[in-house]
Amino acid sequence: MTLLTDDQRQLHDMAKSFLAEEGTIKQQLRHWRDTGCKDGFGHGLWKQFAELGLTGIAIPEDKGGLGLGATEAALVLEEVGRNLTPSPFLTTAVATARALEGTAQGDRWFPGIVAGEIVAALAVDEGKHHRPEAVATQATRSGNGFTLSGSKQFVVHGASADVILVAARTGGSAGERDGLTLFAVERDAKGMEVENVTLADASKAARLTLDKVEVDADAVVGEVDGGWAPLSRALAAGRAGSAAELVGLASGAADMTTDYLKARRQFGKLIGEFQVLQHRAAHLFSEIEIARAAAYKAAELLDRGDERAELMTHVAKAKAGRSAALAVQEGVQMHGGIGMTDEHDIGLYMKRQAVLDRLFGDWRYHAGEVARIAGY
Amino acid sequence: MAELDQFRSETRAWLDANCPAEMRQPVKSEDDVCWGGRNFQFQSDAQKRWLQVMAERGWTTPDWPREVGGGGLSPAEAKILKEEMRAIGARNPLNSFGISMLGPALLKYGTDEQKQRFLPPIVRGEIRWCQGYSEPGAGSDLAGLQAKAEDMGDHYLVNGQKVWTSYADQADWIFCLVRTSTETKHGGISFLLFDMESEGVSTKPILLISGYSPFCETFMDDVKVPKDQVVGEVNKGWDVAKYLLGHEREMISGMGLGGGSSLLGKIVGEIEDPALRAEVAAFDVDALAFAAMSERFIDQLKAGEAHPAMPSMMKYAGTELNKRRHELVMAAGGSDTLEWESERTRKGKPAREWLRTKANSIEGGTSEIQLGIIAKHILRLPGA
Repeated sequence: MTLLTDDQRQLHDMAKSFLAEEGTIKQQLRHWRDTGCKDGFGHGLWKQFAELGLTGIAIPEDKGGLGLGATEAALVLEEVGRNLTPSPFLTTAVATARALEGTAQGDRWFPGIVAGEIVAALAVDEGKHHRPEAVATQATRSGNGFTLSGSKQFVVHGASADVILVAARTGGSAGERDGLTLFAVERDAKGMEVENVTLADASKAARLTLDKVEVDADAVVGEVDGGWAPLSRALAAGRAGSAAELVGLASGAADMTTDYLKARRQFGKLIGEFQVLQHRAAHLFSEIEIARAAAYKAAELLDRGDERAELMTHVAKAKAGRSAALAVQEGVQMHGGIGMTDEHDIGLYMKRQAVLDRLFGDWRYHAGEVARIAGY
Repeated sequence: MAELDQFRSETRAWLDANCPAEMRQPVKSEDDVCWGGRNFQFQSDAQKRWLQVMAERGWTTPDWPREVGGGGLSPAEAKILKEEMRAIGARNPLNSFGISMLGPALLKYGTDEQKQRFLPPIVRGEIRWCQGYSEPGAGSDLAGLQAKAEDMGDHYLVNGQKVWTSYADQADWIFCLVRTSTETKHGGISFLLFDMESEGVSTKPILLISGYSPFCETFMDDVKVPKDQVVGEVNKGWDVAKYLLGHEREMISGMGLGGGSSLLGKIVGEIEDPALRAEVAAFDVDALAFAAMSERFIDQLKAGEAHPAMPSMMKYAGTELNKRRHELVMAAGGSDTLEWESERTRKGKPAREWLRTKANSIEGGTSEIQLGIIAKHILRLPGA
C-alpha cells in the first residue's frame, strides 16, 4: 500500500507544525542570510531537531537514533522544503548518517549527531556536475594510514562540518565504482583547505583542496576499495530526500502562487479568474502531485530494500526537479513584478530550487541514469 | 498481514491452475480483447474459458459485492489479485464499459431491483454496454444536451441523436443522458437505460483519421423506454452522469500506463539520435512517476481519501502522457512507422494507434475541461 501508516502521519503532522512555527523563512532563512551567518543555518534550530529526535531519524535505535526509514525522512523533508528551512538535516542526518551506518566511524560520530552537536558533510563532486563514479581524488597508502590529495566542490555545510566524508580513489580509475574508498576527515585536518562558498540561495557549500592530508587507517568508512557501498547508500538517501524536499518546495511555491491568484486584481477582477492562469495552475498541481507520488514510492522501495529502488530514486529526483522548476518559474511569472523583488518570498523558492536540483545530481543526470539502467 | 499473504498464495495457485496459457500471451490486436455481449465471437476456447472461470468467482469485478455476483474482495485483496495477474501476464478476462462505467453508478444510484437485474450480466460479460452522452451540439458543454424523453404515462418516448457512442454498433444496451425538463440546464437531465434492439434505435459508425471506427452516431426515433429504467431520480441524472464520468476518467487515465509495458526506451529499438534519447528518457521518468501516482491514487480512492476531482487530474495527466508516448514511438520509427497498409507494420498499426491517441485528451472530457475542474474544485480559483 502506498498510504502512510498512522505513525507516519503523526510524524508528518509533528514536522509540519514544528517547521511552520520554528522553521519559517523570516525566522531562519532570511534571518541567517541577512545577519551574514557563516553557517547559513541556526544551531539553535538544529538543537530543536535533536530535542524532537529528528537528528537521529536514520540512525539505528541501538545507536541512540529513531531507526526510521526513507519514508519518514521524506515526510520531514517535505516540510523543510515548504518552509525553505536551512539546516543540516538532509546532509547530516539523512545522507551522511546512512553512509556511516554499521561502521566504526558511525559509532564515533552518531552520539554527537543525535545530540545536535555535530554537523557532518559529504564530499563527492569534483567538477561542476555530479558524477560520483568520476572521483579522481587520490588516497595513497602511507605508513599506518593514507594521504589524500585532490579537490572537491559543492560540499554542503563543509565549512561548518566537524567531519567530512571524502570519497577518494584507492584503486581503479576515474569512471569506475570499484576502487573508491570513503574517508572520515576532520574539518581541521592538516593540509585541507576549506573555502566557504555562499550559493545563490544563501546556503553554504565548501570547496576543498586536499594537499597530502594524512589520515589514519581507521578513518576509512567501511572497506578500502569498497567505498561505493556506503557512498551509494548516502546518495540514495540524499536523492530520495532531496526529491521530497523539492516536492515540499514546489508545493510551498504553488500554494503561495494560488493564494496570489485569489488576491491580486487587474482589469477589475481577480487574476485567478483568467482561464489562461487557471489552466497553468491546474497543470502545475498535477505535476507536483505526480512528483510527490514518485518521491513516496522511491522512499517506500528503499525502505523495503526492493530491487527497483535505485531506478525509482532516479525517477523521483528527476521528476521532483522538473516539477519544482516549473513551480518556481510559474510562481515568479504569475506574481509579476513583485515576484522579482527580494522583499517577496517567491524568489527565494526559485533560488533554493536551483540548488536542490543540482544537489546529488540534477534532473537531466537522473533521466540519463534511468536510460542507462534501462539499457538504452 | 498473514491473511493477505495466504490470500496471495491461494490466488497465485488458483491463477496458475485456471489461467489458460494462451491467455498469458500479450494481446496482439484489438480482436484479442474480450468485450463479451450477445454478439461477441470468442476468438478461442481459451478466451471463453478464461472469462467463464473468472466470472464464476466474480473476479471480472473483484471489488463488487457478492450479492450482485462480484468478488467481494477488499481493496488490498483486489490489489493483490491485480498484481498476481500482472505477474503471469494474464489478460484482462473482460473489457467492459459495464464494469468500468455503468456498474459503479448503478451500485451508488440504482434501486435494488436494478442492481439485481443489470449487474450480474455485466459480471458474466453477457451484456455489452455503450455510452450515450455527447451530442452534435453538446460536446464539452455536455449539460447542453437536447435528446429528449417525453413522459407518456407508462413509459418515456425518446427522440434525438447521440455521437461518439463508443462501439454502439456492437453494444447490447446503452446508458443514455436525456432531457426530461427544459426548466434548468443541469436540473432537467435524466439517466436512462435501454436495449439497443429497441424499435427506433439505429447506429452509424464514424470513420476516424486512424482509419478505424470505434465510435458511432446513434439515432433515437420514438424509442419507448419503460419507466423502471431510469437510474436515480428523474431530472437528477446529472449527478449520476458526473459520478460515472469520474469512473470513466479513471479508466481512461490508465492509458498513461501504456498497458503496463516496460520503459519506452527499451521497446522502440536502437536510438541513435542523442536528442531523441534525451526525450525518451525524460518521457520514461514521467511515465514511471505517473505509474507511482496511479497506484497511490487507487489506494487513496479505495481508502476514501481521494479528492472527488482527482480523476480529472489523472485523466489529464494520463492522456497527455499517452499522446507523448505515441509521438515518440513515431519519432523513433522514422519512415518505417509511416506505412499505412503494409504487412510489415501490421497494416499501419503504429501510425493508426498514434492517431487514435489524439482522441484520448478529447473523449471523456477534454484536457481543458479537466484543467477547469481542477482549478475550480481543487485549487478553488475564483470564477472557474
